[in-house]
Amino acid sequence: MSEDVVLRVADLHKSFGPNEVLKGIDLEVRRGERIAILGSSGSGKSTLLRCLNVLEMPSKGRLFLDGAAIGTQRPDGGTRYREAELNALRARVGMVFQQFNLFPHMTALENVMEGQVSVLSRKKAEARALALKHLAQVGLADKADAYPARLSGGQQQRVAIARALAMDPEVLLFDEPTSSLDPELVGEVLGVIRDLSESGRTMLLVTHELGFAYHFATRVLFLHEGAILEDGPPEQVLKSPREERTRRFLDRFTAFRI
Amino acid sequence: MAGGARAPGGHAMSLPELQFGEVFANIDLLLKACGLTLALWAIALAAGLGGGLLLGLARIAQRRWIAWPARAFVETFRNTPVLVQLIWFYYALPVVTGIQLPAFAAAALALSLNACAYCAEIYRGGIQAVPTGQWEAGRALGMGRLRLLRRIVLPLAVRRMVPAFTNRAVELAKNTSVASIVTVHELMYTARLFSSQNYLPLETFTVVAVIYFVLIYPFTLASYALERRFAASGA
Amino acid sequence: MAYVWDFSAVSRNADILLEGLGNTVILSLSGIAVGVACGGVLAAMRLSGRRVLSWPALGFIEFYRNTPPLVHFFWFFYGLPMAFGLTLPPFAAALAALGIQSSAFFAEVFRGGINSVERGQWEAGRALGMGRARLMRRIILPQAARRMAAPFVERSFELVKTTTLAAALAFHETIYSAMVIVTTTYRPLEVYTVVAVMFFLILFSASQVAEWLEARGRRAGTR
Repeated sequence: MSEDVVLRVADLHKSFGPNEVLKGIDLEVRRGERIAILGSSGSGKSTLLRCLNVLEMPSKGRLFLDGAAIGTQRPDGGTRYREAELNALRARVGMVFQQFNLFPHMTALENVMEGQVSVLSRKKAEARALALKHLAQVGLADKADAYPARLSGGQQQRVAIARALAMDPEVLLFDEPTSSLDPELVGEVLGVIRDLSESGRTMLLVTHELGFAYHFATRVLFLHEGAILEDGPPEQVLKSPREERTRRFLDRFTAFRI
Repeated sequence: MAGGARAPGGHAMSLPELQFGEVFANIDLLLKACGLTLALWAIALAAGLGGGLLLGLARIAQRRWIAWPARAFVETFRNTPVLVQLIWFYYALPVVTGIQLPAFAAAALALSLNACAYCAEIYRGGIQAVPTGQWEAGRALGMGRLRLLRRIVLPLAVRRMVPAFTNRAVELAKNTSVASIVTVHELMYTARLFSSQNYLPLETFTVVAVIYFVLIYPFTLASYALERRFAASGA
Repeated sequence: MAYVWDFSAVSRNADILLEGLGNTVILSLSGIAVGVACGGVLAAMRLSGRRVLSWPALGFIEFYRNTPPLVHFFWFFYGLPMAFGLTLPPFAAALAALGIQSSAFFAEVFRGGINSVERGQWEAGRALGMGRARLMRRIILPQAARRMAAPFVERSFELVKTTTLAAALAFHETIYSAMVIVTTTYRPLEVYTVVAVMFFLILFSASQVAEWLEARGRRAGTR
């Protein structure tokens, strides 16, 4: 069983100044799992995700990818991360951002090629072919030569997904991928993510889309005040949560359902 | 290895013996000269803030016969070196008017007009940055153009303009030193005189640079603080 | 009493004035080159994230931004060489003062441009596993360059205007040449007016071209 653990965090803490956002997270992500991370704003769910590829430097705790520890222990108990090591980690753990963060000076195709060429050292022709394949996979083969400014939010996010996929990551992180989209564009992005779930790739998704989480995830985490309050299959967490906090959170979302 | 072999394998050049004591003994001379520097600065800044507003408003006037001369004035002063302006007002203008202005008056005049031109652009930029919705809301209340400007637009624009004005004040203070070239006996002129009389250029100009820095830097710090405050308040 | 303008004083000495103008151009271009080179180093130090580098750079930048350039012209011409028993030619002293003084401003232009690139761009590059140098070259600088263009041009114009201070070191740039002509012709009004017009035409037309290019760049940026 433990051989299947692709990503593990142990006693993860993160503080911003005096404000402790994550208060000791322990989590094992097994290969092929699709984990939806829920929680109200300020619960630390995005911070947790961003610690997994060390875009946020954890204040305390260790991170393991395929069983290998990331960073070296310092005498004072902290962890030191070398840049090369982090770059290697990030090449294997992809991320899709809430704000897309496409490179505006590159076309969709160039966006998807960039990491392949400059990080994975793939040949241009190979990167190009793969980029086109991934753009086609997200339904944007015809937009390969378009610059991000000419794409809708939904299209930009699909390019961003293709960009992450092109790195062939072992784990894919989604940080509220539909939160800055107009409502009518949410569907096309969720559709792409749902299609991906059939590929068996390991994915973690921070989201507010409860309905999507229910169908997409194999496992749901509920974060509250920097700690994991619930952890179980969607059926259990979303339909019969153990904790009162979780119930209140879910009620808020269903209160206005027609 | 004349001059002592201080550095191993060093060359013949010896370190200069600095005589800052000599400069500090006469520091009152330099500090007194700061009076004229500050006077030039204050006059030009006041003129810039006042005249610049009128000029800035003229720049955005609907009527071309007001807007165009204002634009010509602003562009002229912004696209010529301040030294040319000072020299022109000191040496060339008297030929036209027949009246030789004292050096200080010529310098004050040139620096003031220069400040007007730059401040006009700050006013213009600030006013034009106020969203049109604000003008429309005022007009919908039946306010006249002038009242609208005074009650709504300028108060909104000022927040944006204050850091730019502080910045301009710093540039102006530095410009006052150019007046030394047209023989105004301000700090820079006095420093040149002192350094050539005492043969202490390195010490004198270093001390003078520091004096200018002490005079000017508070304004820069203030502009940083203002920018931070406005950024924080989302203005 | 109507003053009779007489521009023959200028036309007869046009060669002196043009030579001065040529020297202004040479000093301006070399000043920009030195300023950009030193400014790049200063900006890199400021952005290095290491205090031993960023603090001295900050001190240097703040000092030169908050003191009049004329002081530095005199400092480099009279102060520094005399203390070492040397003499610097006016051009060298003017170039040193101009280059170093403007490097402080160019450094801020570069730093401002780089800092204006959204944090998300850095994060997206890092999330792909890009190293700092490559991220800077491939992602940040191409975007920053576009935003630096306008302040860079503005700074360069300021530098051109500042070159006139070299006249105080008897460097034969435009104003010094004009002064020479005035001492022999006694026609300050005509000579200095022509000088003012020359600077205006050069700087104003250059600024119009820059504006046009900027507008074109903006349009290209949203393709």
